[in-house]
This record gives sequence, C-alpha cells and structure tokens, in this order.
Amino acid sequence: MTTITWRYRGGVAARTIAAIGGGYMLTSIASALIAIALPLPRADAVTIATLLSFVVYTCVILWVFATTSALRAWIGVVAVSAVLGGVLWIAGRMA
Amino acid sequence: MKDGLRQSMAWVHTWSGLLVCWLLLLVFMGGTAAYYKHEITFWMKPELHKAADAPSRVTPAESAALAVRELQQCAPKANAWFLDLPHERNPLIYASWTNPPKKGTTREERRAAFRTQNFTLDPMTGEHTAAPRDTRGGEFLYRLHFDLYYMSAIWGRWIVGIAAMFMLVAIVSGVITHKRIFKDFFTFRPKKGQRSWLDAHNATAVLALPFHLMITYTGLVTLMFMYMPSPTKALYGAEQNAMFADVFPNAERVKPAKQFAPLADIAPMLLQAERAWGQAPTRVVVSNPNDANARIELHRPSGQQLSNIEPTMTFDGASGALLSQAKPMSTTLDARGAIYGLHVAHFADSLLRALFFVCGLAGTAMVATGALLWGVKERQKYAKVVAQGGKVGFGVRLVDALNIGAIAGLPIAFAVYFWANRLLPVEIAQRTNLEANCFFIAWGLAALLAQIRPTRAMWRFQLTLGALLLAGIPVLNALTTDTHLGVSLFGGPALRAVAGFDIVVLLLGLLLGYAAWWLGRPKKPAAANKPVPADVSTNKLEAA
Repeated sequence: MTTITWRYRGGVAARTIAAIGGGYMLTSIASALIAIALPLPRADAVTIATLLSFVVYTCVILWVFATTSALRAWIGVVAVSAVLGGVLWIAGRMA
Repeated sequence: MKDGLRQSMAWVHTWSGLLVCWLLLLVFMGGTAAYYKHEITFWMKPELHKAADAPSRVTPAESAALAVRELQQCAPKANAWFLDLPHERNPLIYASWTNPPKKGTTREERRAAFRTQNFTLDPMTGEHTAAPRDTRGGEFLYRLHFDLYYMSAIWGRWIVGIAAMFMLVAIVSGVITHKRIFKDFFTFRPKKGQRSWLDAHNATAVLALPFHLMITYTGLVTLMFMYMPSPTKALYGAEQNAMFADVFPNAERVKPAKQFAPLADIAPMLLQAERAWGQAPTRVVVSNPNDANARIELHRPSGQQLSNIEPTMTFDGASGALLSQAKPMSTTLDARGAIYGLHVAHFADSLLRALFFVCGLAGTAMVATGALLWGVKERQKYAKVVAQGGKVGFGVRLVDALNIGAIAGLPIAFAVYFWANRLLPVEIAQRTNLEANCFFIAWGLAALLAQIRPTRAMWRFQLTLGALLLAGIPVLNALTTDTHLGVSLFGGPALRAVAGFDIVVLLLGLLLGYAAWWLGRPKKPAAANKPVPADVSTNKLEAA
C-alpha cells in the first residue's frame, strides 16, 4: 500500500474546511449579492438567488478540490469572499 | 489531488459519496416509497378496504354535502374543517377539524387531540367506515426521508440537507471524472469482480442520471430558504415572514366575527370551480364554519401542472360569493413551484409515477453499488495480506459492515414495519410509535449483527431474511385481512392499490432472494483461485 504522508492529510483537511465552511461563506455572500443585483421584485430576486446558490456552492466545492494546492484553494475562497463581501457592504450602505 | 482534474474529481466523488451513502440509502428508499405514500397508507388501513371496493359514482358536490352534514353534527364550533373528497387515488371522504385552542394546552396535547378529530365516510352509503387502525402509514416513510426520526425535524432536515449537498457534489464530480459516460453505459462486464461493480454503478447512475441530478437538486430546493438564508436576509432583513407571504401565496386568515351565520351551500362553489379549472376540486377547507366570517377555500388537485402550489378559490362562507382566486404568480415563483413539484411528482399519472419509482430504485442501486465498489477496490489493496492469512484494514471492515447493515438491513426494516402494521394489536396504545420503533429495532439489530460479523454468510443471511419478510407480506395480508390478492386483483379500482402493493413487495422480495441465492451458488473451479472475490453479487443492486 502506498503510504499517506501527514502533509497530504493536512492538505486534504485544509481543502475540506475550505470547501465546506469557506464555500458556504462564499456562496452566502455571492447569493446575497445576486439577490440585491437582480432588477426584479424582491420575492423573485430572493427566489432566483436562492435557487442558484446550490449551483454556486457545488462549483466552489469542486474548484477547491480541483485547484493545484490547498493554499491556493484558501487564498481563492478568502479573496473572492472578501471582494464580494466588500461589494455587498457598499451596496448595503448605498441602499 | 495534484494529478489533474479527472483524478481529483474521482477523489471527491469517492469520498463525498462514501461518507453519506448509508444515510442516502435510507433517504432514497424512503423517498422512493413515498411516491406511493397514499397507496401504502391505504394498504396499512385494511379496515377501509371494504368500503373503498365499490367504484364511486358520487359527485364531489354530493361527497362534500355528506361530509358537511356530519361535521355540523360533531364539530359545529370548530376553527376549521378540512375535507378530502374522493378522487382517483383516494376512494373515500376524509374529514378532520381543528378546535379553537384551549388555554393551558401544550402543542403536543393539541396535536394529540387533532389526531382524534377526524372521520372517514364511505361516499356510496354516507356511513362512517370502520375506524381504521392507528398508523402513520406511508406518511412515516415520507417524513423519514427528510425529517429522520428520534430527533427534532429541524435537525433531521439539516442532516439530510448536508447529505444531499454531498450527493450533488458526488454526482457532478462523478460526471466530470467519467470521460466515456455514453460508451460506458453500454458496457457491462459481468462476473469480473471490481469491473462488474464499476459497470453496474455506471449503468444505474447514467441510466437515470437526469433523475438523480434532478431529485437531488430539487430536494435541496424544497427547503432552500432554510439551507441558504442569506438572499432572504439581504432583501428582507429580519422579516422572514414577509418573504414567505410573498413567495407562498396563502389566502388571508380572517378572524371569526363571533356572530352566527348559516354556512352557504358548497355545491354551487364546487361547480363554479370545476367549470373554471376543468377539474373538480379535491380539497375543501372551511375556516370559521357557521360564522359571519366563514371562508371556504377550494383547492385544485395538482395533477395538471408541474408546480406543487395548488390554485385555490376562496368563497365567502356566509353569502357564498366568490372572494378571490389565487393571485397569478410571477414566472420565477412559478418556476420555483415547478422545481419543487418535480421532486414530489404530484402531477404524475400512474405510468409516470411508476417511472419515478423505478428511477428511485435505480438511485438506490447507484448508491448501493457505489458503496460496494469502494469496499471491493480497497479490498484489493489487501489481497496479498489476506492471502498470507492477514486481515483487512479497519476501514474496509467497517464499510463492509455498514454496507450489509444498510443495503441488506434496510429492506428488513421496511418489511418489519409492514409486518408490525398487521401483527400489532389494533387497540394497543401508542400504536403509531410502536410501528416506527419496530422499523428501527429491526434496522438496529441488522446493523449490529453486521458489525459483529461482516461476512459473506451475513450478507446471505440478511438478504434471505429480507426476501422472506418482503415476499411473505402478501401471505401475511391474506391471513390478516379479507383483501388478499385473489380479491384485490379483481376488485374495484381502489383495491388495485392493495394488489399493487402486494405485488411490488413480492417482486422486491424475489429480487433479494435471487441476490441471496447468487451469493451462495456453488463456485466454478476457474473462479476459485482468484484472489479475494468480490464480496457481493451484481444482482443485489437491483434488490437494494
């Protein structure tokens, strides 16, 4: 059997947390932003954004595991969340 | 995970699938059964079989009049009446009511009281049917598949939701990793150990792939505002109820005027609705009956549309005037209703429903073969160790045991649930809970035995037991009721549900039996010197 190094295990753990926790955070922010951005009555905007959220979440999770390293995965999730979160914050101030 | 997209997706597919597969088996089996929850409930209340035997020629108006007359007798001061009128899948009139909440009663007490506030009428005679035994019937299996049991519904829904998300990831990553998805569907290499399992997994997964993807996604959508609250928060802030009011249009609730007014005749309202919809309403809700503020809400059956949101018409219960039709919904909200509707498939006629059922079985088989494949693959890593008399690793043993407990054990639990329905004394207290407990005791024992001895013999034992229990159900039904197959096959349309149930469980039992036989068949000498044979049979996938 091939031996599995602790480095590998650590990478898997880091990616798993980035995918599940980070991915949920990113998805929450992104779908809130979609809801705000859609020029529709709010019931429709909320519905579309929520419907899309599961697609977004799935894509984020898959990307986290597909990218070359756990570090990149974390940087990606945190950076995108930060940018989108910033836009969301500004949108909230303007509203 | 650094070896390229396909490899990393294969890894994600394996682990996201494996971690939740046993729970998914429960969800898939329960959900698949729930397509026939009305039929299952009907089967589990044999007291009603006789009354339902005659083909009903009673009009909805006549049925409603019968029910209203009874309700005026036994619950004239109720808060609301609920009537289910006979239709294709329901031969009888079901009526129930809620009373104004008394002060100092707990929610549990009110719920227990509500369970007693109902009756069933035979539309042909207008008489009460024999009181059916206390059972949750198919509703238990339906709830089980998203609420679980022995925990609050909220916990159950989060757990099932997380498992569904894992499933969605597993399906998409499975498709990405699968480069020959079309070609492999036509590939089956039987009796080749791991390859056969892989082919079986591919076939069951790809065959019903649109269904699997749809059912997983739409399942998440049924509870999406709970799973993903952030868009709601962004646009509605803390007023979540305002969102629900917008998205789920409901007739406004009116308070009783506390002033007596005789209830208007429902028959003309039913006619008006039938003319407007081209279909008779099947559900009638009367709020504040015999009050000046009475409201009568008619629901159109959801059979002609994808959406799960039933169009309604509301009438003034005192004057009989049409007050409102349900607001036409925006395309988006209609689309959400349709996505939800796809999951519950209330629109499906009998053929489409059967197709959904078969797809549900294929989904169960996909999960089962996937789970088995992991064990088979891992086992090969231990081939040398085992050949030298060593043991397989802890993980393999655990997965084998869980596989037996779920794939072979769950059918036992389902069968025991139906056996308990017939064998528990009718008058026993807490009967519904006992039936559910029987399900979990049986499953728990099967899972425990599997953990103690996860062997091929255990596979055979549990599969055989499940086969006998399931195939024995028609016999049990014949011994405990008057509506055995000889009667139900030739009875009225409602009794066909009873016959269908008996036949389907018999077929499932035969499949399990075939799988058990396949496992125990004498080995061909050529296969004897192969290292570590696949532990289980290809055919079990169908049985699962």
